[in-house]
Amino acid sequence: MHLTPDEIVFWQYGFLKLNATIVFTWGLMLVLALGSHVITRRLSTGLDRSRWQNLLEIVISGIMKQIEEVGLSQPHKYLGFLGTLFLFIATASLCTVIPGYEPPTGSLSTTAALALGVFVAVPFFGIEEQGMGNYLKSYVKPTFIMLPFNIIGELSRTLALAVRLFGNMMSGAMIIGILLTITPFIFPIVMTVLGLLTGMVQAYIFSILAAVYIAAATRVRKPKAALEAKH
Amino acid sequence: MDSMTIVAVASIVTAGITTGFGTMGPALAEGKAVATALNSLAEQPDASATITRTLFVGLAMIESTAIYCFVVSMILIFANPFWNHVIQ
Repeated sequence: MHLTPDEIVFWQYGFLKLNATIVFTWGLMLVLALGSHVITRRLSTGLDRSRWQNLLEIVISGIMKQIEEVGLSQPHKYLGFLGTLFLFIATASLCTVIPGYEPPTGSLSTTAALALGVFVAVPFFGIEEQGMGNYLKSYVKPTFIMLPFNIIGELSRTLALAVRLFGNMMSGAMIIGILLTITPFIFPIVMTVLGLLTGMVQAYIFSILAAVYIAAATRVRKPKAALEAKH
Repeated sequence: MDSMTIVAVASIVTAGITTGFGTMGPALAEGKAVATALNSLAEQPDASATITRTLFVGLAMIESTAIYCFVVSMILIFANPFWNHVIQ
C-alpha cells in the first residue's frame, strides 16, 4: 500500500523516473485534449447538434456562470485557466471508476504544481487589469504594516490549496486500500463512491477559490478623489 | 529503552492522537456552519444558490485543517524520517 502514485515507478534512468503520476497525468491530458478536438471538429449553431457538443456547452456555460457569480465581470478572459483547473481535477477524480487507475492529484507534486499555477496567475491577472503600480499598492492596504502579513497570506493560501487537494485525494485512495485488506466485499465500493463525491467537491472548491483570489486581485478600486467629487 | 523503541512509540502514539484530536474541532465548526446555513435557508429560500455555494466553500476551508492533521498522521506512519534514520 503506497502513500502516493509517485511510488509506482515504471522505468528509471539515473534520476529520471517515469512514475504512475506522470503516466496518468499525460493520459488525462490526452483524453481531455483529443476528446475536445474530436467533439468540436464539426460545430453546429442550430438546434440539431450532437449530444457531445451539448454536453460541452452545458459544462462551459455552467463554468462561465459560476465565474460571473464570484464577481469577475468578464468570464471569457479567465475561462481558459479556471475551466482547465476544474476540468482537470474533476476528470482526475472521476476516472477512479476505471480499475487500476490512481488519481494523479493524489501526489503532492501535481497539487503543488496546480497551486503554483494559481500563485502565478493571481498577480498576472491583477497586473493585467489594474496596472503594476496599483496592484503593488494593494499589498500595503490598509496600512503599510500589513505588507509582511499580506505576503505571508499569499504564500499560505497557495500552500493550503495544494495540501487541501492532496490530503483529500490521498485520504480517499488510502481508505480504499486499507479497507481492501480488511473487508474486501462491499465496503470499498461505498468508499469509492464517497471518494468520487469528495473529488468533485474538491475540484469545484479549488477552482472557486482560484476565482475568488483572482477576483480580489482584479477588483478595481475607485480612487478616493472621484468618490468625493461625486458628493 | 533504546532510541529505536522510543521513536517507534512516539510516532505511533502521536499519529493516533493527532487524528483523534484534530478532527474534533473541525467537526464542531462544520456542524455550527451547517446549522446557521439551514437557518438562513429557512429565512430566505430565494438565496439558496448563493447560500449553498458559500456553505460548501466554507466547509472545505474548515475541512482542510482536519486534512492537515490527517496528512501529519500519514507522514508519521508511512514516510517518517526519524524512523528511516533510526532503522539504518
